[in-house]
Amino acid sequence: MIVNGKNIDYKERITVENLLEKLDLNMDEVVVEVNLNIISKENYSDILLNKEDKIEIINFVGGG
Amino acid sequence: MRVSINEKSFCVKEDSTLFEIRNRFKKDADVVILNGFAIEKDEVLKENDKVVLIKKGEIPSEEELEHLLVSRHTPKVYDKLKKEAVGIAGLGGLGSNVAASLSRIGIGKLVLVDFDVVEPSNLNRQQYLIKHLGMKKTEAMKEMILEINPFVKVEIKDKYITEDNVLDIFKNVDIIVEAFDSAKCKASLVSEILTKTKDKVIVAASGMAGYFSSNTIKTKKISNRFYLIGDEINEAKEGSGLMAPRVSIAANHQANMILRLIMEQKEI
Repeated sequence: MIVNGKNIDYKERITVENLLEKLDLNMDEVVVEVNLNIISKENYSDILLNKEDKIEIINFVGGG
Repeated sequence: MRVSINEKSFCVKEDSTLFEIRNRFKKDADVVILNGFAIEKDEVLKENDKVVLIKKGEIPSEEELEHLLVSRHTPKVYDKLKKEAVGIAGLGGLGSNVAASLSRIGIGKLVLVDFDVVEPSNLNRQQYLIKHLGMKKTEAMKEMILEINPFVKVEIKDKYITEDNVLDIFKNVDIIVEAFDSAKCKASLVSEILTKTKDKVIVAASGMAGYFSSNTIKTKKISNRFYLIGDEINEAKEGSGLMAPRVSIAANHQANMILRLIMEQKEI
């Protein structure tokens, strides 16, 4: 799959939640877009990613 | 000959002097500006001179102020701005600066939301003044906007935004500014707006702490409804605090993206 423009290969099928864990990202501080659709946090553990998916993860940092 | 007096064109007789014009158009003006310079001594006017007459502290009439704004923004821009309502979630370094810029250009309406009060530590980057310390940020910002452009409609909501009230708070605006401090709140607001509304646009910000290069702060278009501003890296932490220059650069990226969206320029 393509994550933020980079090719990443995982042997097993993973959910959005698994992907965030693998990338060491905090689920509460990101916005995830899969094939241009924003995914609700409630669905992170249900949605299985496919190898042709294009995923954008916006990882917010604090300050404003 | 034609001269401009307070941004309006008038025909006056040749050899009219500056003070004659003042006495005729605004006798009580205590500041007289000719072609951009404050003038103390009377002089003869020339064709196309620009005269601005000001009485200190006087609030211009709505018609006069509107005319002044239109002449700076061209009517097409101003007409569109005047019809637009923008919501601002958080009135800290980002939100207070976005609110000030949008007010200066003549936005129609702002919906300002914050639950916080102005603290001394806010003065290093937020628009507030010493006299606002201890005031609700919503009240203080409204007071400042009234002094910048009294004809902006300002609705204030002294509330902590949650997933349960966010849609109601912003139900009457098309564009929302994400101007929170915490990463969690930023992510949650963006996610709520994009997943629970059909056509609202959100302009968010992430990464503007410290004194890193100004040029690393960028506007990114994530989708038609989601724009992201910042360097996406530099969070507020010890040794790299939030400071006025980069925070207001990011805030004005947000304000300019909003202006572009209102002018139907969807690209970055």
